[in-house]
Amino acid sequence: MKVAAIVIGAGHAGLAMSRCLSERSIDHVVIERGEIANSWRTERWNSLRLLTPNWQRRLPGCTYEGDDPHGFATMPEVIAFVERYARLIAPPVETHTRVTSVRRAEAGYFVATTRGDWQCRTVVLATGACNIACVPRLAEAVPAAIRTLTPMRYRHPGELEHGGVLVVGAAATGIQLASEIHRSGRPVTLAVGEHIRAPRTYRGRDIQWWMDAAGVLDQRYDEVDDIGRARRVPSLQLVGSPEHATIDLNALREIGVQLAGRLVGLSGGKAWFSGSLRNQCALSDLKLGRLLDAFDRWATDRGLDAELAAPHRFAPTVVDEKPPLSRDLAPRNIRTIIWASGYRPDLSWLEVPVLDRKGRIRHDGGIVDAPGMYLMGMPFLRRRKSALIDGAAADARDLSDHLASYLAG
Amino acid sequence: MTAPTTTAVNNGVNVEALIGAREALTKAPEAAQFRWRATCDWMNGTHSRATVSGFFGLGQDQKRKSEFRFDADHPEVFASEDLGATPVEYVLVGLGACLTAGIAAVAQYRNIQLRSVSATIEGAMDIQGILGIDGDVRNGFDAIRVSFKIDADATADEIKALVAQSQKRSAVFDIVTNPTNVTVEVV
Repeated sequence: MKVAAIVIGAGHAGLAMSRCLSERSIDHVVIERGEIANSWRTERWNSLRLLTPNWQRRLPGCTYEGDDPHGFATMPEVIAFVERYARLIAPPVETHTRVTSVRRAEAGYFVATTRGDWQCRTVVLATGACNIACVPRLAEAVPAAIRTLTPMRYRHPGELEHGGVLVVGAAATGIQLASEIHRSGRPVTLAVGEHIRAPRTYRGRDIQWWMDAAGVLDQRYDEVDDIGRARRVPSLQLVGSPEHATIDLNALREIGVQLAGRLVGLSGGKAWFSGSLRNQCALSDLKLGRLLDAFDRWATDRGLDAELAAPHRFAPTVVDEKPPLSRDLAPRNIRTIIWASGYRPDLSWLEVPVLDRKGRIRHDGGIVDAPGMYLMGMPFLRRRKSALIDGAAADARDLSDHLASYLAG
Repeated sequence: MTAPTTTAVNNGVNVEALIGAREALTKAPEAAQFRWRATCDWMNGTHSRATVSGFFGLGQDQKRKSEFRFDADHPEVFASEDLGATPVEYVLVGLGACLTAGIAAVAQYRNIQLRSVSATIEGAMDIQGILGIDGDVRNGFDAIRVSFKIDADATADEIKALVAQSQKRSAVFDIVTNPTNVTVEVV
């Protein structure tokens, strides 16, 4: 079967691209391994809510019209939202069709799937940034008595054995899991490396309001000093909750979570941690201070100080005088290890030489280093918001423009 | 882009060369494989003399402008002759020097003029460990504390950020905070 464009993945990013291609009357098909919004259905823990408020759920031709613009959507609500969007735009989707390979072909690409093969001149990779949980190499040394799991498999604390839990990583996933697992009565040790502290609300407004209004989320990939670094920054330490709670390291420490440095080894029946926790926290506190300074300057420049609460600063992260350098593993303490150490895309089916030596796809703002190939939904792909639902619209417009001129060229 | 400054910041660090090296080594990671070397000869008692004269890097052996010598010994309270700093003090020297060099480089990159930087580095140790009195006490430091006094054209937070970034990129900070496999053999 031949088609001008194939979009791989029917999540919000793939659907946004489909909508933009339809607007340009570009003949295309969206291939989806499962159902629409598959990752949201099958790879998320039960309590997860979006980290962005409802008003920020914007896709091409669609804005939030519900009665809770400041709330945070649960996973069933996100799935319903993406399904509703699919009904609105009626994309040409082939569901339950898994792509097994994408190869160069005479005039474009050959896309093999479990339900037939396709030829296309252009292909859009919209399979997401979080297909595989990154597990550090030292996981090989975990003793057999310890259960390990990734956030892709974790659903709720009740499925964990009683006893100590080591959560490795303190980005959004790690702090959320640390919080709910510790509250379930399983004492948590949180291994903290580089992390980005962020309050849920500042001066009476949600952090995402500040990031959006002050233009931080619109910052382009070609405007930052070191885009490679910007793309690898961990996610903000945020949770979406009805209480608009902030769960930074101080909040976790207050409920009794034991903070430790980065996990650096497993040997002699112990987990070992780096002695760098104090500096990791100092770096993060200073970074937060600079962000809030920038917000305050922006608010003053815009004459918004009168309608916002007064500026203030958050207490520095409290670090124990002697953070633990090790923790006993089972049977004495830790029985479960959760790898909240980041995610990466699964591009194992991509047989086009576009990966760098670290396995990352080479691209310039989503225009992949292979003619007619595009990428969507990655951190800071074209803008700081590229990996958010709200980032898909602008990226899909830009990249569908490029794709259309490539087809015309 | 930052606006050009009227007086050029000069901490004596060639940042352009460092940025150039970073770019070059990104493209040629094999040239980034370095091996640092020292030799150490026993003199007498606890006194030894170490030398540093070359290393391997950028694909070949590199020679230093001169041979650097370091005498190490134990102090008189250990019934030694005190002919040099103790080995653990060399670790403190290495940490202080590494963080200080990092501060200068980061300050140059961030366009911050330094006027003075001084550090005191203190390692706490219970010597019951090395004396074999108590098997539960480790041999090495149980904590290291570094205290910087910095005079620079920058705010207090900017100075704190220099010190934090210097730790983040420091080799010796990494060596003392994280484990390393060590092989010692007799040839």
